[in-house]
Amino acid sequence: MCHLADASYPLTMSRSSKVLAALTLVVALGAAGCSDDSSTTATNDSTTTAASTPSDTCTTEGDITVSAAASLTESFTAIADDIEEECDGADITLTFDSSGKLSEQILSGAPVDVFASADEKNMDKVEDDQASTPEIFAKNNLVIVTKPGNPEGIKTLADLADAGIVALCAEDAPCGNFAGQALESANVSINESNVTRGENAKATLAAVAEGDAVAGIVYVTDALAAAESTDSVEIPESNNVIASYPIARINGPGSSELAQLFVDRVLGPEGQKHLKDAGFLAP
Amino acid sequence: MSPNPNPRAPLPIKVLAGLGVVLIVLPLAGLIQRAAWSSLFEDLSSQAALDALQLSLLTSLAATALALILGLPLAWVLARSKLRGRSIIRALVLVPMVLPPVVGGVALLSAFSLRSPLGGWLHDVFGLQLTFAPAGVILAETFVAMPFFVLTVEAAIRQSDPRVEQIAATLGASPAAVMRRVTLPTVAPAIGAGAVLAWARALGEFGATVTFAGNVAGRTRTLPLAVYLALESDPNAAIALSLVLLVVSFAVLVSQRERWWNNQ
Repeated sequence: MCHLADASYPLTMSRSSKVLAALTLVVALGAAGCSDDSSTTATNDSTTTAASTPSDTCTTEGDITVSAAASLTESFTAIADDIEEECDGADITLTFDSSGKLSEQILSGAPVDVFASADEKNMDKVEDDQASTPEIFAKNNLVIVTKPGNPEGIKTLADLADAGIVALCAEDAPCGNFAGQALESANVSINESNVTRGENAKATLAAVAEGDAVAGIVYVTDALAAAESTDSVEIPESNNVIASYPIARINGPGSSELAQLFVDRVLGPEGQKHLKDAGFLAP
Repeated sequence: MSPNPNPRAPLPIKVLAGLGVVLIVLPLAGLIQRAAWSSLFEDLSSQAALDALQLSLLTSLAATALALILGLPLAWVLARSKLRGRSIIRALVLVPMVLPPVVGGVALLSAFSLRSPLGGWLHDVFGLQLTFAPAGVILAETFVAMPFFVLTVEAAIRQSDPRVEQIAATLGASPAAVMRRVTLPTVAPAIGAGAVLAWARALGEFGATVTFAGNVAGRTRTLPLAVYLALESDPNAAIALSLVLLVVSFAVLVSQRERWWNNQ
């Protein structure tokens, strides 16, 4: 198991030297595995120092596929970039969609090694495929997004009932389920013929940011990521729904070591910082 | 020595050809195998499924009509006229065939959303909004489907002998009469084939539709969108709707068997 919270990481390694190091590592092809102490990394020094870079304490190699809720796009991309930067042999493929779609894919046998869901319901669905106990790594809540400047003057959930076309997530996507709960708790019902359903949080946001939807309900983090093209209106705490995001390893074909490293990173301080930057609440 | 008229295919070619068939047939067989036949009727007669079916039929037929009305003159211009820049026009018109449909949807948004100059003008002057409306679905479907019609018909016009038209003209037929009584009857089979192709493409349209027209129940939620949305909530319904699209695809092939099947 790798511990990457070590200050000696070559985070400043330049792109070109990283490529060189990666190439030499591929050529050498011998070193695999991950180490906690310097004694075992010594065997790998020849591969990493060949490109005259500091010795790399992360030697985790392999490929993994991470399926993550669409709202995690920015933060997980940053986390995966960090790991690929530090572990030369690591290749992380990220796939983002609604957690409902992703859990369905896992149940259908998609080769996934890590699953991060925007709700516990979809994590529970893949219980039989889990290779580790799910852990909550972040929380998120909902917000109303509108066109820049909020031209329709939307102030509350109730204003959405007759505002025009409202973008909500598909009912089986967590964001759609939570939005439904929030609207219900505020006693607001929107006629389905005035609702456009996004396949996931990002598609829902796009209907407001790029399309002609008057408003939408998405996660705070999505609104933050699209702050330039939308305005957001807070939903009062009494009606809001807190989404808890669990992460677990899945029995996939990829490197379980790298999968565990990814999970540890998401739960650890560096991953948490990326999540906080994206607007997530601590678990 | 005369060449063997029926060369036997070498084994590797047979194997690869067989794999090619498996690649296509296996997923289709899987779809059929997964279908819940006992509840097929209920799945297809739910209100949501009927709405999607009706909307899909309406919009895809309208898109085909539009492709025919605009595409036929376009095909003729591309095949017969001496217009300068004709090849550039042809390339542009065919772009939607190779463009990812989602990109087509984004392009349509930039031209016709309420915030675009044209879309804003249409809304202010005529009260017309294409996004989230069946008209928007028709526009998106026409955008992706019309090139199939144009390409098919243009090829047919090109292959027809222009001298027949010239002779008709020298015999005193007006240009309109030449078009009606010579050109059109000659390319009628291609018009039919192009229309069927365009219709099938319109019926299956997903990316441009969901991006441009949205996913509103009863208004823009066509069959493919309903399939995608129901995949988690109601897989049986999703597969039932998929079967409908599969049957339609086969029907299209059967209707075009002269073109694609009997190549002997």
